[in-house]
Amino acid sequence: MDAGFLLELRNIEKEYFGNRVLKGVTLNVKPGEIHALVGENGAGKSTLMNILFGMPVIYATGGIKGQVVFDGKPVEIKSPKAALDLGIGMVHQEFMLLPGFTITENIKLNREITKHNPISRIMGDSLKSLDVPAMRKDAQKALQTLGMNVDDWLPIAGLPVGYMQFVEIAREIDKENIKLLVFDEPTAVLAESEADKLLDAMKKLAARGIAILFITHRLDEVLAVANSITVLRDGEKVGFMTQEEATIEKIAEMMVGRKIERITTTAKEAADNEEIALSIRNLTVTMPGEMVKNISLDIKKGEVLGLGGLAGQGKIGIANGIMGLYPSTGEVYKGKEKLALNSPRTAIENKLAFVSEDRRGVGLLLDTSIEYNIAMTAMQIRGKFLKSFLGIQAIQMADDKRIRAHALQMIKDLDIRCTGPTQITRRLSGGNQQKVCVARALTMEPEILFVSEPTRGIDIGAKKLVLDLIVKLNRELGMTVVVTSSELGELRSICDRIAIVYEGRIETVLSPLASDLDYGLAMAGKYSTREEAV
Amino acid sequence: MNTQLATPTKPAAGKSGNWLLHILRANMVPLMFLALCIGATIASELPLSFVINELVVRLSRNLFLVISLIIPVIAGMGLNFALVIGAMAGQVGLIAVKIWDIGGFNGFLMAILFSTPFAILCGWLTGLCLNKTKGREMITSMILGFFANGAWQAVFLLGIGTVLVVNNPEIVLKGGIGLKNALDYKFLQYSLDKMVYFEVGGIGIPVMSFIAVAVLCWFTRFIVTTKLGQEFRSLGQDLHIAQVAGIPTDKIRLIAITISTVLAAWGQIIFIQNIGTLNTYNSHEQVGMFSIAALLIGGATVVKATITDAIVGTALFHTLFIVSPQAGNVLFGDAQIGEFFRVFIAYGVIGMSLLLHAWHKYMEAKRKLLQE
Repeated sequence: MDAGFLLELRNIEKEYFGNRVLKGVTLNVKPGEIHALVGENGAGKSTLMNILFGMPVIYATGGIKGQVVFDGKPVEIKSPKAALDLGIGMVHQEFMLLPGFTITENIKLNREITKHNPISRIMGDSLKSLDVPAMRKDAQKALQTLGMNVDDWLPIAGLPVGYMQFVEIAREIDKENIKLLVFDEPTAVLAESEADKLLDAMKKLAARGIAILFITHRLDEVLAVANSITVLRDGEKVGFMTQEEATIEKIAEMMVGRKIERITTTAKEAADNEEIALSIRNLTVTMPGEMVKNISLDIKKGEVLGLGGLAGQGKIGIANGIMGLYPSTGEVYKGKEKLALNSPRTAIENKLAFVSEDRRGVGLLLDTSIEYNIAMTAMQIRGKFLKSFLGIQAIQMADDKRIRAHALQMIKDLDIRCTGPTQITRRLSGGNQQKVCVARALTMEPEILFVSEPTRGIDIGAKKLVLDLIVKLNRELGMTVVVTSSELGELRSICDRIAIVYEGRIETVLSPLASDLDYGLAMAGKYSTREEAV
Repeated sequence: MNTQLATPTKPAAGKSGNWLLHILRANMVPLMFLALCIGATIASELPLSFVINELVVRLSRNLFLVISLIIPVIAGMGLNFALVIGAMAGQVGLIAVKIWDIGGFNGFLMAILFSTPFAILCGWLTGLCLNKTKGREMITSMILGFFANGAWQAVFLLGIGTVLVVNNPEIVLKGGIGLKNALDYKFLQYSLDKMVYFEVGGIGIPVMSFIAVAVLCWFTRFIVTTKLGQEFRSLGQDLHIAQVAGIPTDKIRLIAITISTVLAAWGQIIFIQNIGTLNTYNSHEQVGMFSIAALLIGGATVVKATITDAIVGTALFHTLFIVSPQAGNVLFGDAQIGEFFRVFIAYGVIGMSLLLHAWHKYMEAKRKLLQE
């Protein structure tokens, strides 16, 4: 055993319901080292952190294979408390602070210093009084370690975001036995100057012998502070390098690099066709966690456009904004006509159709039959599949015969595997649910089809079918398709152009045949700066 | 010590001048009811000494129940409509002393002692239920209250004389099965109230009852300053964060609701020892609603409640109770209208408070969204 490491993860494997998310990851962290962990979404970083922190989700789904060695001893971390006892602390991405509590109360949350009072001597420890002066003293000390001068008795609510981050860190270092601190994308919410301060603080902590595991998307930060870097991709460790060896290009390439199997052999010559199907100007969408900030983009007629980027950067917000599902501002033109925003009805009436990323929430009426799911929107907006009741025009009834016929046709065309058109959609597999969504969108006879995360939660075989279907719609029916997906490989296999979204803006538009390096840089928001430099 | 249990109040409104407006806005509900009470008292033409005397009696009788609501609110479980269940547990103790025929202060103490284990059991069971229905505690506890009422009837209407043999024709119905509708508690009445009792200017003061309330107030304040209280408050702010911090949230919630239920049981015993009769099948029914209405009128909300809210609210709510029939009589020539009015107020204020809370939450979410 190498005594030089504080934390050793050996061949960690983890399955969620037969889906292998970690395939034998090995990771070694030395005391006093800042170790960066980088990778795309879904590379397995979060799962790894959940394992390290003993989150219940891990053990509720069958535990892990492999060995965790902490401080030279093999350990099994089965609860967050076990992790805390070992001296593993976590600075969460979303703040785990109670807004109505003061800074001190938050730092000392559940580790309050208490003293006996006459009642607690009889009734037990949980009735001990809080020793507020002692708590404040400790809190002050932790804050000062971080170089922070702030009244420790202020409530959290109302503090600037950067301060909250520091309070969170202060809470971790106030724990006496802290040996390893995990920072999960700590700079994501910080302004640049705040981020710099945070990085300084991290260095300070490392200098005191605390090991730091640093998860981030910002590659320049990695280069600035990390002593060593591990790159994950698809649940596998694909690279390890020290600070001296690392360059942004190298990391970016490792993050993205993968074999691309193009379904269509060549990128279609969409570039020749300059007719614009949809033109987006200054679109801003307020979608929590997927904010879109002032995007302008042209969608060409007859192309498959991909919207890629890491989770939370805003790519999902674009389609949702155009379709009127989240409040948005800006201008969207279809041909010459300006579309009213914030109105799903207008969007659908203008022959836009949307297959939502939230299949089970927005996409389907789960306890309704397949045929009604397919026909519903068309009935509501287009007045299709309706017949008048006893010849009275004002009373429109569902025309079950035509709905059935159409549904059967769709089931055949799209190869939806089901017991029949009356089966409720909840019982379908993910892939077949997705096909029902697509069938509904097709029933609207759209000119432009938005498809978000078409393969999320679908097994590999079905993935291919869904992607093939998208290509088929485009090639055979001439439909303009906008695919939003977190899986870059998937976009690169079917799209004609791919726009990469970073921090709510379009970083760049790339050809699907562009290099891994370009994609890696674009996803990390470094593409445009590099272009300027060249 | 920071016992400010409220979610952060809006930043103090600007400098001078605005503070008055700020106070007005922060205490809108109690101030509105204060105006209503004053108006109704004047309209009723009742002598002030009568109103005050009645009010003192009602405060001593109801405050305990109202204050027992505070701890679940602090722990983020909302208003405990299952107070009804606690009241039933208290009545179990009362019925027991009736059967054993123990009178006076001894009987009172015996009722408290006997009811406590039942209250703990009921509170614990209620807590288990509420832990399974997080986020919907209020509606769950309300329905639990209705359910418990059914169980109560099963035990005391069907069980007495069949399973539980009681040979006391004074309390059992003629057929030999089931308790009578009303049980006489003259032998227990005022056993606490009149233990130490004196009159000041014609107004009788039940000293011991108020001491009991004072002890409860102190206890509530004390518990907030302890480790357990800190855990209650953490839960009240954010259950998930509390859990991540390693606080055993389910257990703490059980403790909170159990304390509330036990206090409610004791509160109901104090209530009945003042009234002197137990309406076997109705006494507990309104306890939850009326106590909650009183607390809300005092300015409490679903997420914030203080002892001051409880005291102010109880005083206002019961002033309205005292004067509204007479005010209705004077103004409209019909006492029934005043009666309707106060029932309308009681339910209306609960509905209003829940609505305001939902609206506030909605606006908060919207504000947060726009901030991003």
